[in-house]
Amino acid sequence: MLNHQARMTLLFQALADPTRRQFIERLSMGPASVSELAQPTGLSLPAVMQHLQILEASGLVRSEKSGRVRMCQIQLEALAPAEQWITARRANWQHHFDRLDAYLAETQPDDEKGSPE
Amino acid sequence: MTSPAATAQATHGSFTLERRFDAKPARVFAAFANMEARARWFVGPPGWVETERSLDFRQGGSEVTVGRWPDGKHSDFRARFEEIVPDQRIVFTYNMYIDDWHISVSLNTVEMFADGDGTRMLFTEHATFINGFEDPNAAGRKQGTEGLLDRFAAFLAA
Repeated sequence: MLNHQARMTLLFQALADPTRRQFIERLSMGPASVSELAQPTGLSLPAVMQHLQILEASGLVRSEKSGRVRMCQIQLEALAPAEQWITARRANWQHHFDRLDAYLAETQPDDEKGSPE
Repeated sequence: MTSPAATAQATHGSFTLERRFDAKPARVFAAFANMEARARWFVGPPGWVETERSLDFRQGGSEVTVGRWPDGKHSDFRARFEEIVPDQRIVFTYNMYIDDWHISVSLNTVEMFADGDGTRMLFTEHATFINGFEDPNAAGRKQGTEGLLDRFAAFLAA
């Protein structure tokens, strides 16, 4: 079982490549076979398989053999950690500024209250 | 400082918050510049206890805010003021640590604009998150798939 940090590393490695991002975009519209993924890229099958392996290792994509065709499917849950950093940081500052707002209200000087200027 | 995940790839992100305060820019600025004022709002959530605080509010000066969470972990905020324009702008950089784990380095800009009797504030952060991420709330958080595509699009565009 991979820990969270190791997963993050794999996730960002997976997303670092434009071909793999293209696969993700395609798969976000629905499952596709390996050859369907390969077709618009013009890449060889081994090259495509290599990209797929990296995507599968990251948890972003799962593939399954169905007869003679390998079908790929996106696993959206794997995306969440990538975004958690900035969401958490943002929420943190919002919390501080909520408190700043309350502090400013508490310490409001008389000459600021309801004055037209 | 190092951590077990020191080899993890760095992650970058930016965001801007816009807030309006019912206080003139000079009062908003003072709430950043004055340590007693700062201690009133620059604190952790309930249960967080301040253990160290210092503020040397001048260009090149630094700020330290350390506190302990209920689980015993310490949050350690270390900032340096890069540019200060009274009542208008504060540019600072900061390092964030959880215990000895260095989690991020950031560049922040606080801009204050007079807005009637109040202040419109823009707060922008460019952050580099290093050494991996462990969201303290992740274990207890149920992630749905709703909205993930939007977030993914935003992530790709970032």
